[in-house]
Amino acid sequence: MPAMIRRAAVRAAFCVGATAIATTACAQTSAVDEIAKYRAALQDGNPAELWEARGEDLWKTPRGPGKVSFATCDLGLGPGVVKGAYAQLPKYFADADRVMDLETRLVWCMVKQQGYSEADATKNPFGGPGQKSDIEALVAYITSESRGVKMNVAMDHPKEKEAFALGEKMFVYRGGTHDFACQTCHGEDGKRIRLQDLPNLMTVAGAQKAYTTWPAYRVSQGELRTFQWRLNDCFRQQRFPELIFTSDASIALTMYLARNANGAVFDAPSIKR
Amino acid sequence: MRKLAGVYLGAVAAAAAVFGCATMPTDAQTSARAAAVLKASFRANGQAGLDRLDQDDTQQACTQYAGKTPPKDVAERIEKTNLESIVWPGDGKYLGDWKNGERIAQEGRGKQYSDDPKGPVGGNCYACHQITPQEVSYGTIGPSLYQFGKLRGYSDTMRKYAYGKIWNADAYAACSNMPRFGHSGILTQQQVKDVTALLMDPESPVNK
Repeated sequence: MPAMIRRAAVRAAFCVGATAIATTACAQTSAVDEIAKYRAALQDGNPAELWEARGEDLWKTPRGPGKVSFATCDLGLGPGVVKGAYAQLPKYFADADRVMDLETRLVWCMVKQQGYSEADATKNPFGGPGQKSDIEALVAYITSESRGVKMNVAMDHPKEKEAFALGEKMFVYRGGTHDFACQTCHGEDGKRIRLQDLPNLMTVAGAQKAYTTWPAYRVSQGELRTFQWRLNDCFRQQRFPELIFTSDASIALTMYLARNANGAVFDAPSIKR
Repeated sequence: MRKLAGVYLGAVAAAAAVFGCATMPTDAQTSARAAAVLKASFRANGQAGLDRLDQDDTQQACTQYAGKTPPKDVAERIEKTNLESIVWPGDGKYLGDWKNGERIAQEGRGKQYSDDPKGPVGGNCYACHQITPQEVSYGTIGPSLYQFGKLRGYSDTMRKYAYGKIWNADAYAACSNMPRFGHSGILTQQQVKDVTALLMDPESPVNK
C-alpha cells in the first residue's frame, strides 16, 4: 500500500494546475482516486475465506481437554447456532451474568465446555508471522454466517444498557501523552488521517458503515483482524497502555458501536488495505 | 429452603446495587464508573504505563464537555492554566531548523508501546494537517498550515504564538484535538522550535 500511495503521488505530481493551490487540490483528488481504484481491485477475491474455512473446522471439531466441539456453545440464538448470531452481539448471557461480545463468548465456551484454562483460551487472540490464531479463524467463520443479516443488538437487560452507557463515555475519555480519545479521530464527518478516511463513529450512519465491515482481511498485515484487534490497535495508536483482550472496556465500546449500527446489513469479513 | 431464601435475598441486594435504589445512575456516576472500568481494562506495556489513564485537570474537564463547547468560564480557566505553564525559550528565539521540523512533522513514531523508547519521537503533524505543498499525503483533522507564516506575517508576536500553540494547543483553544507537544513531553524544546521554523521561516517550503 505505501508503494501504491507513492505511485499515485508520483502520478499526481504530473497533474498540473494554474496555481499552486489548484495543483495541490488536483494532486489530492488523483491520489484519492487511485486509492479508491486499489480498494475496488481488492474486492475481487478475499483471502478471509481461508480463515473462514479453518474456523468452520475448528467450530465443528471436538477439541480441548474436554474433547467437545462448539455444538453446545450458545452464541445467543441457541446451542451451536451460528447463522445470524454475530448480528445480535454483544448481548447479556445469564449463564455468565455478563454482557459478552463474540470473542468473550468463545473464550467462555472454551473454558466452561471444552475445558481449557482461561490462560490457554486467551493466549493467542491475534495472529502474527508463523503464529495462527484460532480465535481469529473462529470469528471469521461465525461472522461470515451473519453476512447479509441486519444488525439487531438488543438493549433490554440492565447490564446491556449499562455497557452501552459506559462505552459511550469511554469513547470520549481523553488520556495519555497525546490527550487522545476515540472521539479525536472519530467524532467528525469527512475527516482523514493522512489519506485514510475516518468514519464518524458518533453518528448512526458512521457506526453502521464501519462496524458492518469488521472483521477484515488486512492486506498490509496478511491477517484476518477481528473487532477486538481493531480496538486494541486503536488504543495503541492513541498512546494508551494495552487494552486487555475481552476486558469490560472492550465489550462496552463494542456494545456502543454495534448497537449504533443496528438496522444496517452486516457485510464482513471484508478486505481492507 | 433456607438456602433458597438466601439466594433470593442476595438477588434482591444485587438488583438494588445495580439499580441504585431503583433510580438511574447520574451522568457523573456513569462517567466515574466508565473511568474505573477503563482503568481495570488495560495492562502496562513497554513505555505505556497505566498512569497514562490518569487524567490531569485539562483532560478531565475536556472529557466532561466532550462533543460540546465547554462553558466560557471553564474554557477560560483551561486556557489560562495551560498558557501559564508554557516554557518559553530562554533566549527569546522561537525558530529552529525548518528542515529538521519537516522530519519531525513526517515522523509518526513515538510514545506508542510498540515504539522503541530510545527511538525517534515525532510530531506526526501530517497525520492531521496539510503543511508543505510537496507532501500530498496529509490528514484533515486540523486546518491546513500551508503558507502559515506568509499569510500571517513573520512578526515576533506570530512566531511566539506558533511556538506556544505547538507547545500547548489548549492554551489558545480549550479542548483542542491537538496534543500538547511540549507540555506533555512528546517533543523537546528544540524540536518544538524546529517545527515552529517549518511554519514561520520565510525559507521553509510552507511559505513558498
